[in-house]
Amino acid sequence: MLRASVIVFPGSNCDRDIKVALENVTGFPVTMVWHGDANVPVSDVIVLPGGFSYGDYLRCGAMAAHSPIMRDVVAKAKAGTPVIGICNGFQVLCESGLLPGVLMRNASLKFICRDVLLKVDNAETFFTKCHLKDQVIRLPVAHAEGNYFADTATLDQLVDENRVVMRYCDAEGNVTEAANPNGSQRNIAGICDKTGRVLGLMPHPERLFELALGGSDGRRILESMLLSVLEAA
Amino acid sequence: MDAKTQTTPEITPEIVAEHGLTSGEYQRLLKILEREPSLTELGIFSVMWSEHCSYKSSRVWLKTLPTSGPQVIQGPGENAGIVDLGDGDACVFKMESHNHPSYIEPYQGAATGVGGIMRDVFTMGARPVANLNALRFGDPAHPKTRHLVSGVVAGIGGYGNCVGVPTVGGETNFDAGYNNNILVNAMCVGLARTDKIFYSAAKGVGLPIVYVGSKTGRDGIHGATMASAEFDEKSDEKRPTVQVGDPFTEKLLIEACLELMDKDVIVAIQDMGAAGLTSSSCEMADKGGVGIALDLDRVPQRETNMTSYEMMLSESQERMLIVLKLGSEAEAEAIFKKWELDFAVVGATTDTGRMVVTHQGRIEADIPVTTLANSAPVYERPWFPLAVPKMILPEWVPAPETILGTLKTMMAGPALCSRRWIWEQYDHMVMGDTVQRPGGNAGIVRVHGTSKGIALTCDVTPRYVAADPIMGAKQAVVETWRNLIAVGADPLAITDNLNFANPERPEVMGQFVGAIKGIAEACNALDYPVVSGNVSLYNETKGAGIPPTPAIGGVGVIPDVAATADIALNREGDLLIVLGRERGHLGQSLYQEIAAGKLEGAPPPIDLADEIKAGRLVRALIREGNVSAIHDTSDGGLLVAIAEMALAGNFGVELFPYEGKLPGHAVWFGEDQGRYVLCVDSMRAEEVLDRARLLALQARIIGRTGGNALMLKGEDPLPLDDLRVAHEAWLPDFMAAP
Repeated sequence: MLRASVIVFPGSNCDRDIKVALENVTGFPVTMVWHGDANVPVSDVIVLPGGFSYGDYLRCGAMAAHSPIMRDVVAKAKAGTPVIGICNGFQVLCESGLLPGVLMRNASLKFICRDVLLKVDNAETFFTKCHLKDQVIRLPVAHAEGNYFADTATLDQLVDENRVVMRYCDAEGNVTEAANPNGSQRNIAGICDKTGRVLGLMPHPERLFELALGGSDGRRILESMLLSVLEAA
Repeated sequence: MDAKTQTTPEITPEIVAEHGLTSGEYQRLLKILEREPSLTELGIFSVMWSEHCSYKSSRVWLKTLPTSGPQVIQGPGENAGIVDLGDGDACVFKMESHNHPSYIEPYQGAATGVGGIMRDVFTMGARPVANLNALRFGDPAHPKTRHLVSGVVAGIGGYGNCVGVPTVGGETNFDAGYNNNILVNAMCVGLARTDKIFYSAAKGVGLPIVYVGSKTGRDGIHGATMASAEFDEKSDEKRPTVQVGDPFTEKLLIEACLELMDKDVIVAIQDMGAAGLTSSSCEMADKGGVGIALDLDRVPQRETNMTSYEMMLSESQERMLIVLKLGSEAEAEAIFKKWELDFAVVGATTDTGRMVVTHQGRIEADIPVTTLANSAPVYERPWFPLAVPKMILPEWVPAPETILGTLKTMMAGPALCSRRWIWEQYDHMVMGDTVQRPGGNAGIVRVHGTSKGIALTCDVTPRYVAADPIMGAKQAVVETWRNLIAVGADPLAITDNLNFANPERPEVMGQFVGAIKGIAEACNALDYPVVSGNVSLYNETKGAGIPPTPAIGGVGVIPDVAATADIALNREGDLLIVLGRERGHLGQSLYQEIAAGKLEGAPPPIDLADEIKAGRLVRALIREGNVSAIHDTSDGGLLVAIAEMALAGNFGVELFPYEGKLPGHAVWFGEDQGRYVLCVDSMRAEEVLDRARLLALQARIIGRTGGNALMLKGEDPLPLDDLRVAHEAWLPDFMAAP
């Protein structure tokens, strides 16, 4: 089975969406955990959902990174519990130091909501193993601050260590400037930590997991979690 | 203590006038109180009797609208209207204007418009699940237009995105008539269970009145009064009357209120919208038939030394007033503390029938409740029916050089260009139930956890209403109905947002009366009642009024979201059928504006009996799975509808030559009503034509899908890639221009 916990911050608004998607795809119930709690229950995966935790005040993810629950999330992540941060959750992971870099204002300075194409650079992580390397998938983005930035040394290190998990691309898988929706360095849409067990991802897999919503490419990320847990058992 | 004796300056005629009360209205107030009012009382009367809150110019006419039907759970008069979706599900919705504040301060004006309408919906126990908006801006060449578009769109997105409610539809027009008075109409749709609906009537005496949400500040004082007057050169000075929104607090307030609604503790609940604490407390007391005692010392305050006048008139956002069952204060408080929101018992219901407001030990207001809510003046403003221009013949409008070249020009201009630049700034997928995204006939949102859907749209064509208010308003209602039909929905009911100029001018009142008549006629014929709405008058600057703009928001239900259709052509070799009578009507059409350089003549007529027949057939064909794509025809006519279908699906169309008697340009660009373009399997086309004939509806095959261009005999093909670039470019280019 898969024991997933979704952290609910004040202002989270994709918490229910990822719960529904995970339960639908994996068949296992998901636990919602309030940000003010001290501990996350024992989990196979922890999800930091999308939304506007603390209204994005101060800086996206900055306040949430100091929520009481985050001390335990960081501790569990360091002890090996897989953690995925989606959109605002990615921003929280960067702010809490689990992932390097920062998500700045989109180059267009506008909120952007649309489907994007992504090239799967690393299909071996806990969250991506149901993909093929270099596979092109379609997922929605919805953010005003998704412009990934890190210094050159960090970017080189991410590439060298195969930690760039997904990049914005065109239909043929070419990583082009035109395919970059927000100005991210090197078209980065998602990165992981050294273990491949902490993933930050700007696009929303939970928004395209069934054909009724216009596509199902998001399923594979959810299925990867289940497969990874089953394989380890 | 006598309310008159303290704090306030003498009430001079100048102060009365500054509060927007006429001398007749002031005399009425004196008769009610039997003494001079305190300044706080004058402020309370002025907002409650403002046009915005009292509907004093429109009330007699609004009563003539059809508002009932088996599907209606709640009609006008509550915070929002409610229709039955079956299976214990209810849909709660309303559209409301925020025109005046959005012109003065576009970001905050639009943002708080969205926030306000969402509160109207969740106040009733519904979780907001979709937002829409109807926007009218001035001429693109006007120096303020770009700034206003930018601010309004950012404000709508900034608020709705943060709260986490998808914005799934809307419409945007540009017209010089809105240069000094833009329109921002926001619609919110929520879902509730029919046995968990909350109302605003505070029934019962001695019950605690609780204030929750944000603290009260000095923002928005007299917003309702501002919204009830014309603009002049000093309008920018009214910026302090525009409220500031905090969507984060709104999100917390939604969650906290819905959590409280799960307990059995609420007697009545009302958001503090226009006229804030005054109107919310007064309306709850009036509907419950009780009095109300408020102690302003207990109101959570953001600023120091606020007077009773300021607190009663503040329009600070994200606040609610709740009447609780006795003894449930602690349970309620725990929920609001969890969500880190203010919670304060600020008063109680009484048996006096009076609104008594105390502050620092003094009675600052003591007014019979019913006089505020129900004794507001009602005006039967003079009006005259407007002369309707004559029909013009299609031959009177010059033919173009090429049909396809003209199409490209039209689709690359402000009237018909892609609105993607706008709706991509709105999160239209959050909540995970958006089945049809913006850009089609209507938005579709699934009822969470079911296979049912609600279809949502908003429409009006102001140039039609300006030419003929009755026909134009009828057209607005029918266009929403057609849009809902075109996604396979059963249309249920509408909300109307009636935006007009100064009602004290008889011709403006004539437009208003005509629009009401047109709406009523269409709603009656279609069993499609009005369940909520809003009137915005005085959209006028220095004597120049806006075009009459009765925006209509329509809601329908889809039994199974798997049985719907969208506008995108999706395979080669299908046949396109136009259903509905072809008259080649070019009066008031976009083609006429381009080809003749002016709009004239009568707008296209509506035949309600034919609309119903065509609508039923179309819906049946969609549900049977016989339609692979569909679009209603509206602005720009038949060819624009086909082009939008081609662009959406990236399939070209070979257009068959027209062999009838009408001029070609009138066939392709005429804005005849009651029509749909259906894309069907070629094997099924004859059957569809037969079924139309059986209903005495006109229908013919007009083209075949395939290729990557629009092709018309005798003209160069128009490649879809070229058309797409032109269609997508106008708005981003306009907004990026230096």
